[in-house]
Amino acid sequence: MSESVTAEILTNHILDLARRQKRLDGRGPDDYRKASVEPGFASSADGSALARIGATTALCGVKLEPGKPYPDTPNAGTLTTNAELIPLSSPMFEPGPPHPRAIEVSRVVDRAIRAAETIDLTKLCVTAGEKCWTCFVDIHILDHSGNLIDAASLAALGALTHATVPNVRFGIGPADLPLEVNHFPVEVTFCRLGETLVVDPTVEEESAAHGRLTIATDERGEVVAMQKGLIGAFSPDDVKSLVDRAITHGDRLRRIARGS
Amino acid sequence: MGSVGAKEVPVLLGPDGRRIDGRKVDELRPIAITAGPLHQADGSAFVEWGQNKVMAAVYGPREVHPRHLQENNKAIVQCRYNMAAFSVDERKRPGLDRRSQEISKVIAEAFESVIFVEEYPRTSIDVYIEVLQANAGTRCAGVVAASVALADAGIPMVDLVPAVAVGKVGDAVVLDLKKEEDNFGSADLPMALVPQSGRLVLLQMEGHLSRDELARALDLGVVGCRKIYEVMKQALRDRYRTDGPGPAAEGMAA
Repeated sequence: MSESVTAEILTNHILDLARRQKRLDGRGPDDYRKASVEPGFASSADGSALARIGATTALCGVKLEPGKPYPDTPNAGTLTTNAELIPLSSPMFEPGPPHPRAIEVSRVVDRAIRAAETIDLTKLCVTAGEKCWTCFVDIHILDHSGNLIDAASLAALGALTHATVPNVRFGIGPADLPLEVNHFPVEVTFCRLGETLVVDPTVEEESAAHGRLTIATDERGEVVAMQKGLIGAFSPDDVKSLVDRAITHGDRLRRIARGS
Repeated sequence: MGSVGAKEVPVLLGPDGRRIDGRKVDELRPIAITAGPLHQADGSAFVEWGQNKVMAAVYGPREVHPRHLQENNKAIVQCRYNMAAFSVDERKRPGLDRRSQEISKVIAEAFESVIFVEEYPRTSIDVYIEVLQANAGTRCAGVVAASVALADAGIPMVDLVPAVAVGKVGDAVVLDLKKEEDNFGSADLPMALVPQSGRLVLLQMEGHLSRDELARALDLGVVGCRKIYEVMKQALRDRYRTDGPGPAAEGMAA
């Protein structure tokens, strides 16, 4: 009970600050926490990256394995994205089958990668209808300090950008080749705190929020995926203004993920 | 979307600006809503929308199962969106796949945004959506059905929640995608509106839209939602009018 009372006091404090365009950690509504991407964290993977947004930490490992194309796409490789919200990263997470929250993170990250045509899957076909590469994008959340979707997406983009197709290990070709990445989708998440729309929410802000909106844009400045989450609502005008903010933040995060 | 190596792309937009089924870009598919077709549920609705057939039932407020999900200061809203194995061309494996679980989550959050949950502490409001026949836009049809079912169950809410998907085929932003447009178009943006506040409680998107196209899509969707809102209200009026056959809305239209 005392925990829920402190939570309520904190929530009221966060909302009170937001009314004055302020935040608990001293940021303004449009300030993103310091973000970084460290590629090659796990050398056992064919591509990996550790993404940090403030204290939030996500590790993505990409593995490519020979598989069979889906019957309806005989000329394309396959892509599978999975995010694990492991109990190590937060007292909120429990062991067991994937929680809808984890499924949402996976699917929203997957949606942006797919819609932006990040990887040309036809290039991952080895023999039409017979053999292709299956690209597994596995994301582990290590520290849930808020804004998991952005951290997961940044880690995934970092890992894909630095991945290798392991031709030699599976006897498919004479040399390993870099995985070709054509587009660079980045997700940017906002929360509504009262009437203030803040970017990159912390875990405390998420629990105080009246709705969350994630907008994924690519390097062409196009919107490739969106997801509204949590309890709350956004007006169409809110969404339009957030798209512009997502494009600006996305450009900066993209450079970080690509290491340029 | 994601039509890698897919079959031949049909002509989605004719030179006369008409769509594959003859609709204009801002035209909805025919929609019919029956409120209260089920007898055991506290509230129910059946929606036929284009080739979609979706049934929704609401139970509650009732005891929470499992108990540990119970909240002391409010009701929880649980949603199960499920597609029948026979609802799509190729048989779908029965049960909740990851797509269904994600849709269930965003729909539950959408309704919890409008229901006065603080009125019913320690209870659960359970929303069941069964897609019996699918032709794109099933989550929107599900939201429309469930919203009418919630009203039919007498659950106090800010407003009904109409929903529709907007998308892009060719260069045109179009309202209410049907299957071919969803499969071969270049964007899909399902949304649900609270007409009273003008705010969106469900919003998803996949594909490619410029910022200007996205703005147009949102405006088109809001107009579409307001049309569906009228159909939803009429369905409830028909169910509860006192001069007619009364609340026994037997069965569903064939």
